[in-house]
Amino acid sequence: MGSKFGAPEKLIVNGKRLDGRKLNELRPITIKAGVIPNADGSAYIEQGETKIYCAVYGPREVLPRHLMNPDKAYLNCIYNMASFSTPERARPGPSRRSVEISKIITDALAPAIFLEKYPKTKIDVYIEITNANAGTRCAAICAAAVALADAGIEMKDLVASVASGKVDGQFALDLNEAEDNYGDSDMPLAMMPRTNEITLLQMDGELTKDEIKKFIEMNMKACAEIYELQKKALKEKYSTEKHIETGEGE
Amino acid sequence: MAETLKPFISALLQKGKREDGREPYDYRKISLEINPLSRASGSARVKIGETEVLVGVKMDVDVPFPDSPEEGILIVNAELIPLSNPDFQPGPPTPGAIELARVVDRGIRESGAVNFSKLCIKPKEKVWIVFVDIYPINDAGNLFDAAGLGAIAALKNAVLPKYNEKEDKVLYKELTKEKLPVVHLPIMTTFGKINGSIFVDATKREESAYDARLSISTLESGASSAMQKGGTGTFTEKEILDIFDYSIEKGKELRNLLK
Repeated sequence: MGSKFGAPEKLIVNGKRLDGRKLNELRPITIKAGVIPNADGSAYIEQGETKIYCAVYGPREVLPRHLMNPDKAYLNCIYNMASFSTPERARPGPSRRSVEISKIITDALAPAIFLEKYPKTKIDVYIEITNANAGTRCAAICAAAVALADAGIEMKDLVASVASGKVDGQFALDLNEAEDNYGDSDMPLAMMPRTNEITLLQMDGELTKDEIKKFIEMNMKACAEIYELQKKALKEKYSTEKHIETGEGE
Repeated sequence: MAETLKPFISALLQKGKREDGREPYDYRKISLEINPLSRASGSARVKIGETEVLVGVKMDVDVPFPDSPEEGILIVNAELIPLSNPDFQPGPPTPGAIELARVVDRGIRESGAVNFSKLCIKPKEKVWIVFVDIYPINDAGNLFDAAGLGAIAALKNAVLPKYNEKEDKVLYKELTKEKLPVVHLPIMTTFGKINGSIFVDATKREESAYDARLSISTLESGASSAMQKGGTGTFTEKEILDIFDYSIEKGKELRNLLK
């Protein structure tokens, strides 16, 4: 899909983007809860060609022990890219980029979790990018929130996330790869949709105050859409209908 | 756990039974999905029971090794990511991950499964380097066989990316229709041993209780291309030869999944 774009002359033609979407349209999103039997909670998300697994282990014993906090759980999110997930093979192991993203994902999820309910424990959130095609940090946050809920960890709300940016001078939601690479600016945002509290905000490019306002509002509206998909994924896992539909069961 | 589990699993095996109702030489249900990932040159998702492994092939152009100036290069790597197993930790590859990658590597390399002489662009200067990366998604036992099957399936279905020889650039995003030259299909089968009983395709619980394991990669010809004994227990000569026969037979079953 995105792979043929190269460096296109125009990213938006007659109000339509190169992948056929309207400016305010999300890519197709599929979220599944409970995909990794070993984990206490897990989720899988596909957003366009971006494909991500997330597993939650915990609350469990804190290792190394000096990280233990007597007041609340230690939240440890790790964002990792499979070496075949990028156009050029990525060297296995953490990079400066993946370490930063791991940190901001931790900061984006922490406000939603009642960490004080799990003192002296550790909650591990492992994120594996298996196919990267723009918007991986935001999709990862959406999956991680579902995985945490699936693990039965007490939360104030889910966290939904999306990125949008200025492309050919216009406001585009949920950037695809070409727009991400060749667009003018990019603003990932995460929020708790129930209270509209923003838990992650990044931006690179050049935006005025009015533009920032417009982007925040655009992202918040899209987060509300994603929120419904997250809830649907959780309901699907825990509803009895699913077992009837799939028959023999997987 | 193993201390209490072992007598139980062992007693069942003595009667030719297992915890999940299988016979000693039965695999769990195996499924294979080809090229689920668009970024990889070739990829495979293998499920054996609840075990799930993703294998991806990526290619690049590099300088050949001095002792094989006209042959492409194979590199097999496994990351035992903590996502897949509560006991795995983040960090550099563990001995277990390195053993897994090297056993899969030998099964493929020694069988001549990939015709590396066809992956030479310019002798002594430029050859294709083929990376096979193994990522477990859920480790419910027998990662060896899942990784082995995934590796050969991903290689068999891999295509080369475009290469611009003038500018010496690999166009990673543009795949050609040229298939990777895979000429043999080595299949790895792994057997466990508990108190003298032999069985195939161990679950996580059986792995935690077994004395030893033996992995054998077999070929269409009835020969083997790699073997590896693991675990602190032992095998007799007769046991190894018996396992070899089973391995050839099971290899045929699993090879059919690739056709």
